[in-house]
Amino acid sequence: MKRLLVLGAGTAGTIVVNKLRRALDPEEWDITIVDQSEVHHYQPGYLFIPFGIYTRNDVVKPRRDYIPPGVNMILSRIEAIEPDRNRVRLEKDNRYLSYDFLVIATGSQPRYEEVPGLIGPEWRKSIHEFYTLEGAVALARHLRSWEGGHLVLNISELPIKCPVAPLEFLFLADWYFHGQGKRSRVELTLATPLPGAFTKPRASQLLGNLLAEKNIHVVPEFAIESVDAEARKIISYDGQEISYDLLVSVAIHMGDDVIARSGLGNDTNHVPVDKHTLLSTQYPNIFALGDAADVPTSKAGSVAHFQAEIFTENFLRYIDGLEMTARFDGHANCYIESGFGKGFLIDFNYDVEPLPGRYPLPGLGPFSLLQESPINHWGKMMFRWMYWNLLLKGKELPITTHMSMAGKWQ
Amino acid sequence: MPTREIAGKVVEVDAEGFLCNPNDWTREIAEEIAREEGIEQLTDLHWKVIEFCRADFKARGESPTLRRITKESGVDTKTLYTLFPKGPAKKVARIAGLGKPTGCI
Repeated sequence: MKRLLVLGAGTAGTIVVNKLRRALDPEEWDITIVDQSEVHHYQPGYLFIPFGIYTRNDVVKPRRDYIPPGVNMILSRIEAIEPDRNRVRLEKDNRYLSYDFLVIATGSQPRYEEVPGLIGPEWRKSIHEFYTLEGAVALARHLRSWEGGHLVLNISELPIKCPVAPLEFLFLADWYFHGQGKRSRVELTLATPLPGAFTKPRASQLLGNLLAEKNIHVVPEFAIESVDAEARKIISYDGQEISYDLLVSVAIHMGDDVIARSGLGNDTNHVPVDKHTLLSTQYPNIFALGDAADVPTSKAGSVAHFQAEIFTENFLRYIDGLEMTARFDGHANCYIESGFGKGFLIDFNYDVEPLPGRYPLPGLGPFSLLQESPINHWGKMMFRWMYWNLLLKGKELPITTHMSMAGKWQ
Repeated sequence: MPTREIAGKVVEVDAEGFLCNPNDWTREIAEEIAREEGIEQLTDLHWKVIEFCRADFKARGESPTLRRITKESGVDTKTLYTLFPKGPAKKVARIAGLGKPTGCI
């Protein structure tokens, strides 16, 4: 019996075990997946919680409902990966799990403690965040009774998951405060270490224009050194200060500590892998998928999904000693909520930045690319259904794994 | 890839002015790019950071992130912002003749 061990039952891990359980003979392959919590979070949904669009129940489901029969699921914290001995040590009963092949899909988490002054008496009072369920729920509560003032959204350091979410947060905030008749009493500012609104030039320019249209200020190249929570201001390394009434912080996201404990990560605990095959650069029987992997594309659910597709295709060849012919191209596909029931769609990979055009999608589309439209907003809303009902279960989605130039304007 | 002349040498550069080939780099090129970036005089401390980045690139094949420079070079983040204002990791990579750090995605 051969053993495939998957660490992390998030987007990537769940898709992988669903696909591979169907493809691998149960007489020959044991598949085990480990996670430390029994609930699966639809992380893209956090964004909507502060504005009362989603609640906790919309984004949380039992993990077991998404793990197919024939896959062992173990709930435990992972103590360490011991790659030289092909085994993993769990906290639960101090148990060891040995493997022939290991998939690391332990994700990436926000590290608020990395920003000096952020966590203290003002945490979840005048300082909030929305990249955790608790944070999003606390912020929703705060916004309901907030009188207005200067809301500053600060990105402290990269990488972060879903790099468009901070912009979406501001677009949705603009819409939310309009709806409450408070917009004139709210000033919205994005303080970012990037030179503009986003990482990719054409999208950055377009999103920058949209921020300006909505009267959302941008302070670029703001590298935060610390928060003075008492005086309610953030201070940059080069001495700039921004005063706030409400600070929404997006701190750096780092891979799980188990990666660091096991000596498998880079400076941000992400696992170095070949960017096309996702095979570890150190070990020939370890792969890393999704947010856990160090590849130069966005950390996002769509990326985890496309990677899981490529990985399973390759894995079935790899275990038979064949060359891995499928190549992950860095494809990311992101709906961007822009408020007032509209949205954008961007589609890009390692080599092609987001371009305008139309995105063909049988049955639903076409969606407009890099242009605002109501259909894109509905695409995003429907995506939650697709996520829970199709994507996690490894079913066919009408989206191509590799980025296609069809419909894009150069 | 376009080429341009820097400090009397014709070199290939990318759209953002980063050298395509780290082996084209010379100390004179570093001084000229530094001036373009608004740094008139490269001090010993500047050179310490530049040399760290070049060595790290040689060892690992990619430009170090700011987090890595702070951790490994012995120069703290605050000082890095004084030496290479605005984006230190990006700025020092350009001056050191390396590619743009991929940390910013």
